[in-house]
Amino acid sequence: MIVFEDVAKRYAGGYTALAGVSFEIRHGELVVLSGHSGAGKSTLLKLIPVIERPSAGRVLINGQDVSHLPKAAIPYLRRNLGLVLQESRLLFDRSVFDNVMLPLVITGHPPRDAARRVAAALDRVGLDGRGKEVPAGLSGGEQQRVAIARAIVNRPSILIADEPTAHLDPAYAADIAELFLSFNEAGVTVLVSTHDAALFAASRPRRVVLAKGVLAEDTHSAGGWAAYEVAP
Amino acid sequence: MSNWFYLHARAIAHALRRLFGQPVGTLLSALVVGIALSLPGGGYLLLDNLASLARGVSGTPEISVFLDTQAQKADADALEARLKALPQLASYRFVARDEALKQLAASGLGDVLGGLGDNPLPDAFVLTPRGEDPELFERMAADIGTWPRVAHVQLDSAWVARLHALLELGRLAVLMLAGLLGFALVIVTFNTIRLQILTQRQEIEVSRLLGATDPFIRRPFYWFGGLQGALGGLVALGTVWAGVQALGQPVARLAETYGAVFVLGGPDWRASAAIVAFAAFLGWLGAVISVRRHLAGA
Repeated sequence: MIVFEDVAKRYAGGYTALAGVSFEIRHGELVVLSGHSGAGKSTLLKLIPVIERPSAGRVLINGQDVSHLPKAAIPYLRRNLGLVLQESRLLFDRSVFDNVMLPLVITGHPPRDAARRVAAALDRVGLDGRGKEVPAGLSGGEQQRVAIARAIVNRPSILIADEPTAHLDPAYAADIAELFLSFNEAGVTVLVSTHDAALFAASRPRRVVLAKGVLAEDTHSAGGWAAYEVAP
Repeated sequence: MSNWFYLHARAIAHALRRLFGQPVGTLLSALVVGIALSLPGGGYLLLDNLASLARGVSGTPEISVFLDTQAQKADADALEARLKALPQLASYRFVARDEALKQLAASGLGDVLGGLGDNPLPDAFVLTPRGEDPELFERMAADIGTWPRVAHVQLDSAWVARLHALLELGRLAVLMLAGLLGFALVIVTFNTIRLQILTQRQEIEVSRLLGATDPFIRRPFYWFGGLQGALGGLVALGTVWAGVQALGQPVARLAETYGAVFVLGGPDWRASAAIVAFAAFLGWLGAVISVRRHLAGA
């Protein structure tokens, strides 16, 4: 479903964020991407919605090479992806409901159907009945839940999350991790980067570890979960 | 198609929210646009009123065609036949030399004419051409002047030509003023939209991450510019109307002192619509330029 083929990313100034990374994520898989700060996790995730393009190699989604996707086609790719970033990136002058509604407005959903979907998405992340509140009145964990509701409201087949628990206390972080696990159980392909891989340990997902821009470990290709117990 | 309408309706709603979310800023922008546009708008209206006044006073100019004194009835008939064939001729009347003499005598020159042996006056045709184009009248007069048995052609439209030239000059000045102020309005909208883009930068970035296309992001700004311009156009229209109401009676009284009846007319619905549409266009244009300039890097 998602294939990284010998992917490299070099920034102006010579900094190499990724070098020769190759692996494949299958449909319905849950992949936890871990590694130290600066390992290249965020860069790798940004290649999927074409926030960044690789300097070399290819990224394929459902067989389509998105590395060279024309600029005009990028929005249509992103509409099929659920994207959760480290910061919730909510619009603080809008209500929770309007924030979650935004992807549906973008795709031109009929308002009545969109409202139903937003209510369902808020319910799914445990914020049922809180649509009229503004993000500023929510805790960090709740804001991240709103961001997750926004990511899933379009019912994407792929969910990408870049350190969604980074700024949350352990209780909130565990709740958020639980949400991603439940989405995966519902058939969504989930790729989540985290410093704290133990959050997802209960479901024993596939773990991909990056170190200094190269693939250091892949529990899938290693063929066992024993490596999972090793701290990153 | 319905999705297209929905997206535009949403963009309009978004633009209206922005407009009325900052009522003071919107009012000030509309006043700037309105006052600036009321100058060329008022100037155009003034010229239009002057042109209709000139039409009323001058009527249509006449061309007098004098035959030579040796011309016979047959010559006059031949000339009449050629005149009838002229497409640009609205009407004509024949003034026989005896009738002209009687008219001259009736004007108080009877004693002078009594001293003359023969009637010195020629037969004449007085032509009323179609249209109001002085150049056409001159061409027509010059053409008729070459016809046989025509001694002299007199075109009494010289002052009309001067008035037309003055009106043309006025129109040109109004156009130049409209162009300059229109340019200024484009700059005003350009800057307003630039600030809008800056304040909405986060929303633009998030929308792009969620799959918004460039037209989706640009559309509300285009509508914002167009609506702000249209509001300015309405202010301009109101200003012009207020001017017409304020000046109407003094102008009518002035006309009365010259024995004339003159009512200063306001813009008709076509002119009113044109002012608002022009203002909306300028706003839209400013928005388009600003969005292209500032959204590329957003």
